[in-house]
Amino acid sequence: MHKKRILIRSFVLLCFLLGTFQIVNPMTGHAFSNQVIQQGAVGDDVIELQGRLKHLGFYTGNVDGAFGWGTYWALRNFQYEFGLPIDGLAGQATKSKLVKATPKYGGAGQGGAAKAQPPKAAAPKPTASNTPKGFSQNDIRLMANAVHGESRGEPYIGQVAVAAVILNRVNSSTFPNTVSGVIFEPGAFTAVADGQIWLTPNETSKKAVIDAINGWDPTGEALYYFNPATATSSWIWSRPQIKKIGQHIFCK
Amino acid sequence: MIRGILLGVLAIAVAGTAYWGYQEHQDKNAVLLNAENNYQRAFHNLTYRMDLLNDKIGTTLAMNSRESLSPSLLEVWRLTSQAHSDVGQLPLTLLPFNKTEEFLANIGKFSYRTAARDLDKDPLSDQEYETLKKLYSQSGEIQNELRKVQHMVLKNNLRWMDVELALASGKETTDNTIIDGFKTVEKTVTGYEESDHGVTFANLQKKDENFKKIKGKTISKNEAINIAKKYMKFDGNAEVKVTKNGKGSDYGFYSVSIRNKQTNQEASMDITKKAGHPIWFINNREVSQQKISLNDATNKALSFLKETGFKNLEVFESTQYDNIGVFNFVTTINGIRIYPEAVKVKVALDNGDIVGVSAEEYLKSFQTREIEKPAITLEEARGKVNPNLKVMEDRQAMIINDLNEEVLCYEFLGTLGDETYRIFINAKTGVEEEVEKLKDAEKMYEDVL
Repeated sequence: MHKKRILIRSFVLLCFLLGTFQIVNPMTGHAFSNQVIQQGAVGDDVIELQGRLKHLGFYTGNVDGAFGWGTYWALRNFQYEFGLPIDGLAGQATKSKLVKATPKYGGAGQGGAAKAQPPKAAAPKPTASNTPKGFSQNDIRLMANAVHGESRGEPYIGQVAVAAVILNRVNSSTFPNTVSGVIFEPGAFTAVADGQIWLTPNETSKKAVIDAINGWDPTGEALYYFNPATATSSWIWSRPQIKKIGQHIFCK
Repeated sequence: MIRGILLGVLAIAVAGTAYWGYQEHQDKNAVLLNAENNYQRAFHNLTYRMDLLNDKIGTTLAMNSRESLSPSLLEVWRLTSQAHSDVGQLPLTLLPFNKTEEFLANIGKFSYRTAARDLDKDPLSDQEYETLKKLYSQSGEIQNELRKVQHMVLKNNLRWMDVELALASGKETTDNTIIDGFKTVEKTVTGYEESDHGVTFANLQKKDENFKKIKGKTISKNEAINIAKKYMKFDGNAEVKVTKNGKGSDYGFYSVSIRNKQTNQEASMDITKKAGHPIWFINNREVSQQKISLNDATNKALSFLKETGFKNLEVFESTQYDNIGVFNFVTTINGIRIYPEAVKVKVALDNGDIVGVSAEEYLKSFQTREIEKPAITLEEARGKVNPNLKVMEDRQAMIINDLNEEVLCYEFLGTLGDETYRIFINAKTGVEEEVEKLKDAEKMYEDVL
């Protein structure tokens, strides 16, 4: 009985606290930092930039905190209209002009004509993330799974190398043309065969995959690799070897 | 009494275990059967598509007009790519089957190129016609060999699971009809020499895969370490390791890695033996907080590249991944961007350290070039762009087109609706060489459950 009462009390208290939190937190916009914002950036500054540009009607996309092409063109149009040098960079001059032009801007929650929006409790965080060209977050996750399953004990370079081998295979005429085709090719990766691919990958393997996709190939364009301690096939030893990274030998 | 009960319980337990074991056995068989069926599907698809492919190439030989040739060649291209993917689904990784796959890829490239070309202006040459004839007879031989295997598989009820097991256990030398059959196919294809493929295949190879254009003296291990010092910060605790490339590499390089004995921090890079150019460099470390902007990082990367001997570079892409900035630089000569000469640089956004460089592409395409004057004007080129596109930026640029040739183009950046496009118009012929939809950041799905 007692326990129940305490539970109800704490629940009421919690609701109350949350309520006050919402009231206390001001609805004003968060100020720009003094950094120059350029295309490709992600963060609070970009949210502020997008929010203010949207308030003025230059920007029509989502306020997602990632400075993409839409934001770029909006910023350039703003710079053109307000007689600033058109460079697509949000520097000091541009930012102060933008703040002056939007005195009624009340935070990223309010954009353009949509006024009657509920106040946001906390500062909005970016809701989009950059991915390399031609790859979605899911593609990266699948590759990270493979890299983690195959090489989680390896040094970072060794993990980038495994990701690079997957990509080299995709580009090679002797392997399937898609990432999933290469990964799930029967017998190609032991991690796929024994199910280790379904372990949850860590941040390191994700970083390694992004590096490989962005063009880092520590393997010297290898198509195969093997662990000399556990390799069962004698054929793999006949491949011309390029180099050794961690426990793996990489070959053509 | 108790004994009776015990016996009863035991009997039930035994019966239960037996039933459970039987169920498990059934389940396992079902899974195996499923896998087997997938292999069978891929295999029979492959043979079917090789049949079709041979047919199609055969009919193409008899065609003359562009209206019929182009679609037919496209069909060949589609079939090769499907056959290629069928091969990828078979457990043949441990079996050398590369030549056959390469053969398929070559037919695909040949047919795509000839199909994509304006055959009215530029009809099939005699040599290409000969190539097509040869491809026809070669695909016929492969089809024939595969049919033999298929016949044996169907007649003797052969299972791909056995192939997989044989290959996995390293006993591929034992008598296995499927493996033998595929080895025969591979042997047949290996007999087709590269020169058979005629002129169109001559420039299939990407240019300078082996850094042949690099000029300079061969450097020693110590010189390699000195070069690496420019990239990695050395202190008293550093442990340096240099190794030469293995025999299988197409070009000579040194791998230098430095480990800080105290922090276990490790940085590595590869340097070409000839002239000592950096191929790639990675210093992996935790970057937990962003303190400098992407813009400052761009400038740091640019001045670093200048220090290390890269000239005339301009940033053309910058992207933030968590607290790391990745920048793509290209050579600019008199305002003309040379896209093949690209260097990528990673900068840590906490203190502006350079944590990665990748110059492989740059080294492969770098050369002193004579850039010809465009034959058409900017306005003429603009006239070739889709009129619905709102052009925002234009410049001249050098790109590598579908045929693997370097071409001078007019580049247009513009918007259509909410999307931004990059379009390249050949500055000589006015051909639309490339249209690219530019990517924006992707919405995060983490909160979706």
